[in-house]
Amino acid sequence: MVLWPRAVFARYGAGVGAALLALAGFWVLLLILLPQLTMADFSLRPNLPPAERGGPLDGYTLEHYAYLVFGSGQSGTFNTVDLAVFARTLLAALCVTVVDLALCYPVAYLLAQSAPRSGQGGWTRLMVLALVVPFWVNEILRAFAFRILFGDSGVLNGLLLGLGVAEQPVDFIRADVALYGGLAYAFVLLMIFPLYNALESLDRSQVEAARDMGASVVATHWRVVIPFAKPGISAGCTMVFMLSAGALAVPQILGGPSSLWFTQLVYQWFNTGNNWPRGSAYAIVLLVSTVLLVLLAMRLFKVRLAQLGQ
Amino acid sequence: MPEASRAVDRSRTGAVRVDGVSVRFGDLLAVRDVRVDIAAGTFFSFLGPSGCGKTTLLRAISGFVEPSAGDIRIGGRSMTGLRPNKRPTALVFQSLALFPLMPVWENIAFSLAVRGVGRSVRRKRADELLELIALPGQGDRMCHELSGGQRQRVAVARALAAAPEVLLLDEPLSALDLKLRQHMRTELRAIQRRVGITFVYITHDQGEALAMSDQVAVMRDGGIEQVADGNELYDRPASAFVASFVGENNAFPGRVSAVAAGQATVATDVGPLRADCGEQPLAPGDEAIVFVRPEALRLGAEGTLGEMDNVLHAAEKAREFEGRFWHVFLEVGGARRPAIAAQLHGGGPAGQGPRGGLQVGFSAKRAVALPAGPLAAG
Repeated sequence: MVLWPRAVFARYGAGVGAALLALAGFWVLLLILLPQLTMADFSLRPNLPPAERGGPLDGYTLEHYAYLVFGSGQSGTFNTVDLAVFARTLLAALCVTVVDLALCYPVAYLLAQSAPRSGQGGWTRLMVLALVVPFWVNEILRAFAFRILFGDSGVLNGLLLGLGVAEQPVDFIRADVALYGGLAYAFVLLMIFPLYNALESLDRSQVEAARDMGASVVATHWRVVIPFAKPGISAGCTMVFMLSAGALAVPQILGGPSSLWFTQLVYQWFNTGNNWPRGSAYAIVLLVSTVLLVLLAMRLFKVRLAQLGQ
Repeated sequence: MPEASRAVDRSRTGAVRVDGVSVRFGDLLAVRDVRVDIAAGTFFSFLGPSGCGKTTLLRAISGFVEPSAGDIRIGGRSMTGLRPNKRPTALVFQSLALFPLMPVWENIAFSLAVRGVGRSVRRKRADELLELIALPGQGDRMCHELSGGQRQRVAVARALAAAPEVLLLDEPLSALDLKLRQHMRTELRAIQRRVGITFVYITHDQGEALAMSDQVAVMRDGGIEQVADGNELYDRPASAFVASFVGENNAFPGRVSAVAAGQATVATDVGPLRADCGEQPLAPGDEAIVFVRPEALRLGAEGTLGEMDNVLHAAEKAREFEGRFWHVFLEVGGARRPAIAAQLHGGGPAGQGPRGGLQVGFSAKRAVALPAGPLAAG
């Protein structure tokens, strides 16, 4: 839906229309565009002490982007450490997305198809509530809870040792199991709700028709349900991918000693490194590449941008 | 080709036997002990008011509902435990349930696609079926671009593409307007004749059922009231419910005073009435209802209908123009009784508005006496 100013005024009148447009403008310009543009500007400037900013040494430079690719060393070598972290972050975010999709699709389907009409609304609502309630707990606390769950002397290891399945505590943290689990869990809702939204509008008789035409359960989903839910699937996947690639708290708490998340590098440049332009450059690279990846995936699966808003 | 060999032996394969089927949802017995034989290659309708269990029965035949008792056999083969995708039936849904993201031809060929039939064969079959439903060359359009009647036919073609032995139709015409509905029932009947398989049709619209079907089963409250062809349902209803549900009927409840030579005399609040009772188990003292159709009523001035079996004094309350005839509403036996309806062709006794001094009469042969029982609502 495109809300042209004229349509907004026609619909809501001058007063409310102006207020709506002002709010939307405030949201888009001040809270989204301006910070990003400032950061882009930052990323293109040398790292100078405040006194020298705007002085003769200030100017535009690509040195921070170059640093991410080539490092500070002599020419011909690559910044393998940072690049590896970057690649692994994207790959891991992709894995988290796939895991979340696999987990959430059946749940969302069952929730959507047993929705109020059949009188089973009771347990559906209960289940949604059960999914939502844990998210009233702060993200950091949930991450620490996962650490306790997966730690050396954690609940899971206690169980494994107690049952005699394992003789030594399994190091879930080092193996990044805790990290991926924590990330997948953190974004479960962002996957379920778009899926649920899309699947709820699916006429149940379509599923029955497919079955009746001889389709197996898998074929029914593959040919009828999934194509129908594609906008929801892409919306969910986009959100989970973007947010897990950009997550900071969960990798900080649950990440193993040898695994860095790319956002942690950004964080380091801003804080301990005290190099805001470089941090900005890293952040911009992450933002642009995740956006490009999402656009590529949408191209690949033939999803239009407008469908994400459905 | 399996399809071809199946088509040859149609006499047996499309026969449906519903053998003592009951369907229970919790406390509700939606279908109760239904027994009916549907001959192969016929157009069979289940007719009944909404909530009578006809859709549940259809879903039991197609496999979406498991009967709590009884068996359904198609072509002699028990369907118990077979999932919908394994049954030789295809269902045309009330909502049609066409797949919105596929063009018309892919919709039609869906059942072939899930069986792994190649694209060119699918396309060819879809085009053949588009010919059959008189929509040639429309395969590449999307379903939402078609009119209601066209979508309707696409849904039928999609179901036929699965080469079912039995095509099940769940009130597929209910969303169409009157003209289109009348056109589509002619069309459906023609399609059934062309493909020659069994059609099982569900409707609450008696016009549809009577116009299209070889046989009609009238359902009430989960059970079957009567299975017969349209003529018989109309002329010789087996129960008070059928008499009041199929077509228009005037009802005169009363008590049987005498039965002789296939005719019963029923003492009603408008006096004794004589009517055919055929094989009905009526004996003097039983509660009974005499039914007489509006078109069987003769209307005349006082003293002109003396020779008829049944003659009542009447006063005209209102008349409505129906095109070919006038619908005349008559008061008989006092104002408390509901008015009865008669048909008046041509001029008849002139005059508008209420007037008295009339007689209404009918022959005993054109009326039926049936044991008292529940009537159709409205």
